[in-house]
Amino acid sequence: MKKAFPILGVLTAILLIYALYMALVWAPTERTMGNVQRIFYYHVPSAWTAFILFFVNFVASVVYLIKRRPAADIVALVSAEVGVVFCTVVLVTGPIWARPVWGIWWTWDMRLTSTLVLWLIYVSYLFLRRFSSSGQTPALAAALAVLGALCVPFVYFSIWFFRTQHPQPVMGGGGSIDPRMLHVLLINWLAFSCFAFLVCWSRYRLEKLQRDVDHAHASASLLDPRGSGR
Amino acid sequence: MSAPTGITRATLLKDLRLEWRSKDAINSMLFFSLLVVVVFSFSFDPSAEESRQIAGGLIWVAFLFAAVVALNQTWARELRNQVLDAYRVSPAPANSLFIAKTLGNFIFVTVLEALMTPLFIVFYRLRALGPAWQLLLVAVLGTWALVVNGTFFAAMSLRTRSREIMLPLLLFPISIPALLAMVQSTTAILNGEGARFWIVLLVTYDLVFTTVCLLLFETVLNAE
Repeated sequence: MKKAFPILGVLTAILLIYALYMALVWAPTERTMGNVQRIFYYHVPSAWTAFILFFVNFVASVVYLIKRRPAADIVALVSAEVGVVFCTVVLVTGPIWARPVWGIWWTWDMRLTSTLVLWLIYVSYLFLRRFSSSGQTPALAAALAVLGALCVPFVYFSIWFFRTQHPQPVMGGGGSIDPRMLHVLLINWLAFSCFAFLVCWSRYRLEKLQRDVDHAHASASLLDPRGSGR
Repeated sequence: MSAPTGITRATLLKDLRLEWRSKDAINSMLFFSLLVVVVFSFSFDPSAEESRQIAGGLIWVAFLFAAVVALNQTWARELRNQVLDAYRVSPAPANSLFIAKTLGNFIFVTVLEALMTPLFIVFYRLRALGPAWQLLLVAVLGTWALVVNGTFFAAMSLRTRSREIMLPLLLFPISIPALLAMVQSTTAILNGEGARFWIVLLVTYDLVFTTVCLLLFETVLNAE
């Protein structure tokens, strides 16, 4: 396991460089938007990666609620953290893209709005984890994660209907996509997924170590013959 | 009467009786509601036509703030007197406590809304062009959505640092679909348009979240 990490790291770095080249050089220039459109290759894969990570968070939380395995709790925490990072990337690249194309920083189109609400839900999850006292945080956080995940379909439905009543410019365009662009998109998605996996793995090990250290400290002070108050 | 409903009834009546006798929460909340309406009237000029267009949103934001202030003190009495520990030790099902608390909050917030609504109607000269009974339906569904999640998150926030801010932090993001539905349906009814989609969304939201909160409350009660 220890050897796999650096190997995977090197492979991911190579993949990311390749994906960067594909996105910035190889991919065809978009007809109407020009080179600005290339941010699409960061915006969309980040969104997909974030969604996958949030789904992992949901599954891990359910597993924790049923089985109470500490590993599931760590997976839930890690996937939420990395998912929020990727979601932030979506929310930042969105305005960067919108500004040259439409002259506005933000648009309340369906995708950006839903992503914003998703981001809010998972940031509130992270707040709960940070602010609640350590003993029972996993169970509470898992409950919140389930509620948050169940909210997601409602978010999409309500904003979809809201937007069909009040149309706004749509990010990413609808309709068909050039097969070469799709190819670049998928390569970038693969690169991002590998990167996300690496970060999650690293964070998982970090969190596990931290908990083991805390546990050792707690056991040591309990067994300390000189009594409490070290 | 089965034990769970009996417990729910007893807990609810206890809360209502305590509140009726002391009246500390209800008095301050009533005044707070009045203040909110007045502040909104200064911020969003009632004589402007635009304000009447957004009145649906204004009302629900005011209700939301009133609900948060009310919900923050939901479990305060229980905390002070170690009631939750007693409840955990007793064989009473956790759900009965949750339903009783939610119903109590629902009644409480509805009283506040009943005060704020006439004030809004008077200050903003509101008239419903659509069927007014639907407004009542939206009010009930929307309030329940806020209160059921709010009671749940209030219980979750009990042992966190900065407890009072934790409740809105958790409640607002998850309530966004319901809030959108409440505001859009109210605006639609006031303007005489159809609100069916939003009402159906609210009903679905209420059903799903009430069920999930009931299922998960035991975990939260034992965890906190």
